[in-house]
Amino acid sequence: MTDPETTPVADKFGNDPHVLLRVIAKFLIPLIALFAFYVQFHGDYGPGGGFQAGVILAASVILYALIFGLAEAKKAFPPRLIRYGMTLGVILYGGTGILNFILGGEFLNYSNLGKDAVAGQHYGILAVELGVLTTVTTVMIAIFYAFGSRQPETSAEDW
Amino acid sequence: MSLFAAAADPIFTVPVILLDISLLALLVVVAFALVRMRSLFGIVMLQGVYSLVSAAWFVSLDAVDVAFTEAAVGAGVSTVLMLSAMLLADRKSTPVPMRRQFGALMVVVLAGAAMLYAVGDMPAFGDVNSPANAYVGMDFIGKTAEEIQIPNVVTAVLASYRGYDTFGEVVVIFSAGLGVLLLLGLNGNAGRWEAKPNGQYINDRSAPSAATAKDTRTSDQKAEGEA
Amino acid sequence: MSDLFSQYNYIIVIILMMTGLYIVFASRNLIKKLAGLSVFQTSVFLLYITIAKVSGGQPPILLEDKGYGTDKDGHALLEGTIQTAAGGGSYILPGPGSDVLYSNPLPHVLILTAIVVGVATLSIGLALTVRIREVYHTIEEDEIEAADFVYNLEGTAD
Repeated sequence: MTDPETTPVADKFGNDPHVLLRVIAKFLIPLIALFAFYVQFHGDYGPGGGFQAGVILAASVILYALIFGLAEAKKAFPPRLIRYGMTLGVILYGGTGILNFILGGEFLNYSNLGKDAVAGQHYGILAVELGVLTTVTTVMIAIFYAFGSRQPETSAEDW
Repeated sequence: MSLFAAAADPIFTVPVILLDISLLALLVVVAFALVRMRSLFGIVMLQGVYSLVSAAWFVSLDAVDVAFTEAAVGAGVSTVLMLSAMLLADRKSTPVPMRRQFGALMVVVLAGAAMLYAVGDMPAFGDVNSPANAYVGMDFIGKTAEEIQIPNVVTAVLASYRGYDTFGEVVVIFSAGLGVLLLLGLNGNAGRWEAKPNGQYINDRSAPSAATAKDTRTSDQKAEGEA
Repeated sequence: MSDLFSQYNYIIVIILMMTGLYIVFASRNLIKKLAGLSVFQTSVFLLYITIAKVSGGQPPILLEDKGYGTDKDGHALLEGTIQTAAGGGSYILPGPGSDVLYSNPLPHVLILTAIVVGVATLSIGLALTVRIREVYHTIEEDEIEAADFVYNLEGTAD
């Protein structure tokens, strides 16, 4: 098991020991992210929704971090943005509720968001599922960064 | 209805019953294997297997949203987090002495016997007139078709009818992320603690295992600590 | 005895719950305790979903009301829901005179919330375990208690 901070290096013949993993991961990671968005937006019509989509999107980032190294993943998905995303999702969800307040209805009663009650419900569900997606994705990635960046006491060779 | 009468009912075909029984038996086998295992890697993998098999069982019980979430969260992210925590901790667990095993077994057998005594009052499996299925749960289906008009009733209930609970859940996830960041730090460097209980100043270096602890601070942190 | 067979699911679920609880009580290793807690939580979800099941029921995703006749077994053919739902079609609802039953969606919603809350508490527990490992150099409960006892008795190492 390699040190998570560095990427695997070539051996003395110049062969990358993880070439199969890298090639397959390069192909799969965008597909996994696309699938996450599919699950998010089709949560109204089939099984799915914000939680499942958030976890799948976080899984694609975690796969990237596992194959290419945590430093590379932190360059692609910076921890600062992850931290902002955690709060942004909660604000999005609560903000939808407050918006209903402002428009004259009750908290989280989406009926006044569109031209009729049904359209309002659709917009409201879309907005809160987006908030759930943001929070769940960023929290899972943040927890993985926290565990992955901690220096272990026993080194990898002692395993 | 009893299982034999259910077998005669054309909806409850034999494959469905066999699937139900075999998945539950597999779950019991995995759970018993988890009890006796000492290698932590095996324990983490077995709890991932348990989550995945229970996700399959959820599908056979028509709970497709729950199965999706359990497979993604329980068998996916949860296993990754346990593995990454295990890599920062130990690889093997020590065996438990018989006295402690016997005590735990007694408590668990008593609790299990009490619950088995109550099983007789539970509604029959699949009963459409049970108290759980007779009131507001089934009303949601009709209300969703009128007021929200999206096919997935579970999403409609989760996001609209029980939206307040889902808001609480999002805040719980946020708090968990916050807690992990406070404990470990987003770049792995939180937790250099110092405290003063009972007027006695303790920190990393005077913790119970200070004599054998390695000083894992960076040179900047050492300079900061000395100053 | 025939009542026992209709409660088969509940009995197995109770056995699984007690197994998870036994792992939590009997094991000394903190990570094994957390794995046992996860097994216990998943078994509780199994109990709720068993209660929500309606025999002969569909998953709680509404079916579209356009019939395309019947297939060779006499079951009605039903169209997919996405296009017709966007067009404002109507749905088949359960009730008198309808031959479609849905499973109860409310326990599904509760369990969805519970699964995600479960992983949240698991992550906090694991973070605490990692910190305990760093300070005590062990994650066995008896060794941690022994170290705490000595520490409280004798004070700090300074």
